Amino acid sequence: MERSEEYIKNERKKEWRVELQKKTKAKDRMSIERVHMTERAPEDRIKSQRIEVNKGLTAEEAMVEATRCMDCVNPTCMEGCPVSINIPKFIKNIERGDFLQAASVLKETSALPAVCGRVCPQEIQCEQRCFYVEKLHQPAVAIGYLERFAADFERESGKISVPQLAESNGIKIAVIGSGPSGLSFAGDMVKLGYDVTVFEALHEIGGVLKYGIPEFRLPNAVVDVEINNLRRMGVKFITNFIVGQTESLDDLKKEGFKAFYVGSGAGLPRFMNIPGENSNGILSSNEYLTRVNLMGADAEDSDTPVLRGKNIVVVGGGNTAMDSVRTAKRLGAEKAMIVYRRSEEEMPARIEEVHHAKQEGIEFSTLTNPIEYIADENGRVKQVRVQKMKLGEPDASGRRRPIPIEGFEYIIDATVVVVAVGVSPNPLIPNSVEGLDVSRWGTIEVVKDKMQSSIPEVFAGGDIVRGGATVILAMGDGRKAAANMNIYLKEKYLSQKVEN
Amino acid sequence: MNKIVEKENFSEKVVKLVVEAPLIAKARKPGNFVIVRVGEKGERMPLTIAGADIKKGTITIIVQKMGVSSTKLCDLAVGDYITDLVGPLGKPTEIHNVGTVLCCGGGVGVAPLLPIVEGYKKAGNKVITVLAARNKELLILEDEIRKNSDEVIIMTDDGSYGRKGLVTEGMEEIIQREKIDECITIGPAIMMKFCALLTKKYEIPTMASLNSIMVDGTGMCGACRVTVGGKTKFTCVDGPEFDAHKIDFDEMMSRLGGYKTEEKDKLDHFQE
Repeated sequence: MERSEEYIKNERKKEWRVELQKKTKAKDRMSIERVHMTERAPEDRIKSQRIEVNKGLTAEEAMVEATRCMDCVNPTCMEGCPVSINIPKFIKNIERGDFLQAASVLKETSALPAVCGRVCPQEIQCEQRCFYVEKLHQPAVAIGYLERFAADFERESGKISVPQLAESNGIKIAVIGSGPSGLSFAGDMVKLGYDVTVFEALHEIGGVLKYGIPEFRLPNAVVDVEINNLRRMGVKFITNFIVGQTESLDDLKKEGFKAFYVGSGAGLPRFMNIPGENSNGILSSNEYLTRVNLMGADAEDSDTPVLRGKNIVVVGGGNTAMDSVRTAKRLGAEKAMIVYRRSEEEMPARIEEVHHAKQEGIEFSTLTNPIEYIADENGRVKQVRVQKMKLGEPDASGRRRPIPIEGFEYIIDATVVVVAVGVSPNPLIPNSVEGLDVSRWGTIEVVKDKMQSSIPEVFAGGDIVRGGATVILAMGDGRKAAANMNIYLKEKYLSQKVEN
Repeated sequence: MNKIVEKENFSEKVVKLVVEAPLIAKARKPGNFVIVRVGEKGERMPLTIAGADIKKGTITIIVQKMGVSSTKLCDLAVGDYITDLVGPLGKPTEIHNVGTVLCCGGGVGVAPLLPIVEGYKKAGNKVITVLAARNKELLILEDEIRKNSDEVIIMTDDGSYGRKGLVTEGMEEIIQREKIDECITIGPAIMMKFCALLTKKYEIPTMASLNSIMVDGTGMCGACRVTVGGKTKFTCVDGPEFDAHKIDFDEMMSRLGGYKTEEKDKLDHFQE
């Protein structure tokens, strides 16, 4: 688990790495063009919610792409990774054809490599810090594609390695929420020898990876393999259990749990509080995606209904908005449209998702903002009144602020409207635990970089702390929390000093 | 867990199930609800808790056959397991000793009313309960309610039992007879709406427990949103009980029909 600079440097000096470094000239490496991901044709893939868009790289493609990587002395890409994956080490393993070893490098620091390879915004993380981008102003090494390749190879090979576990120390730890943050935390803690139990409120493990992100982007089978890995490592999972409701934190303490990690996510969907918003046919992206992804409402034989319609309007510009609008297309919408108040440049969605959405025929109405919903005589939405916007000076987020153009309004027809304008923290844990410091936004306050809350044995991370971020940042929090909880517990219960 | 240990058919469409759920039995309070799911293709469905036995580790739920999911649940037999059962959810009823409380239940709304009636009685209140049903056959839990009430008035639409008339007629008579300090109403939305209008006239603080559409029941989906005092609230985490005088019942009733067409399609498909 040690990730010191010296360790990284020593790894780079290993014989096999030096050999590879010498094998191909820098000039030749740089002359290779970045690999293209093979995708299923838009007209085929929109027929089902369950067909993954990206097909993944072939072994040959992956090895060529891995050759592009310069194995830099100072790998800046790693600074861009919230979980500090040893990027050159895993990529060079791909270059030399040892794909299983590449996967095992990923698993040193990431509990969910096959997930991250698919959903991380690499273009603003590792790949943005790649030598090619920073120094050559050329396309980055396709780190995300390579990560996915290595993780998929391992999974499909059936030779899944279980990371080395420390000897069991018998200390019981509870994880609240089985999303990416909780899973990442659980993975690290079980490796350190703790007895880890994950409590999940829903009937399925995986949190947003299951209810939120659609299978055309992240197949459930991929998530399940990663969850089963954790099971094999000894992590216990309990579904249908809401900490704070089914049993309190104090009850769990009485049952022997010594510390807690809260990764309960950003449950509450935000709405815009505009007239007509509670009309039928207007729903949150959480509801829409949960019905389809978790409850399987896209299938005829599911008991859960979902609203279908001709004209679907999705409000928002993030990944969730893209997921919703592309889901609508797959459920048969003739017209599926994004309505976003800023311009395309400010959209927080991954570039690839916007690109895929456009290929699939999604319409984009940018610089427009809903101001009123108009319902029919049965209370069902039929139209959206939108306000045309323009961009002003940058706001606190650094993006240019949208300003209404007075008097410029018009009507869009809509049979279903999905509101994807963000989420607020789930109030169940903050409300049920006494003595827990909570911000005025409802997020749990933690000591930065330690992820420790105002109650020493309670740590927290992911959206319950950040209020709405990404899978990988949530995972990074889980790792940080695990490292710091380990120090806290070893000192408290085992009288051991631990160097971080 | 989740094993059905007892089943009683109250009527053709209403079933009582006693289910093994020791943790929920221990944690539940009046006003709480659970979410159940039957089968791997099953829908998540909120249901109120009618009672619990901590010693036996069971809870009692009362289900009315409405659509596919409730029918599947009602069709389970003793010894069967409910695929998923989670709770208790929602904020419990705020029960204090306030003096005289008027409790009004209609249809299967009497089920969640029962623990609240028990709670009010235990807290030392004088409890007057008005039960309403379409006919004698559909009246449920009369004995249990009587055990915990100082007075019970029964109203049926067809006069087949108790008195003929609406719940509000029974209520108004009590209100005119003596001072009521607090009122709670649980039943069909239209009934709660008229109960609220009546108690508003007499300025009696009134709570109503809502049965909105939900998916997760933990604050995540927002399907259960309801306008209370001009503000949007989530029934699952902010409720299920709200100040009845502030609820927009017309919007609530409209939202209950938000998936009417889709639900009917599912039911037709199921019955084929």
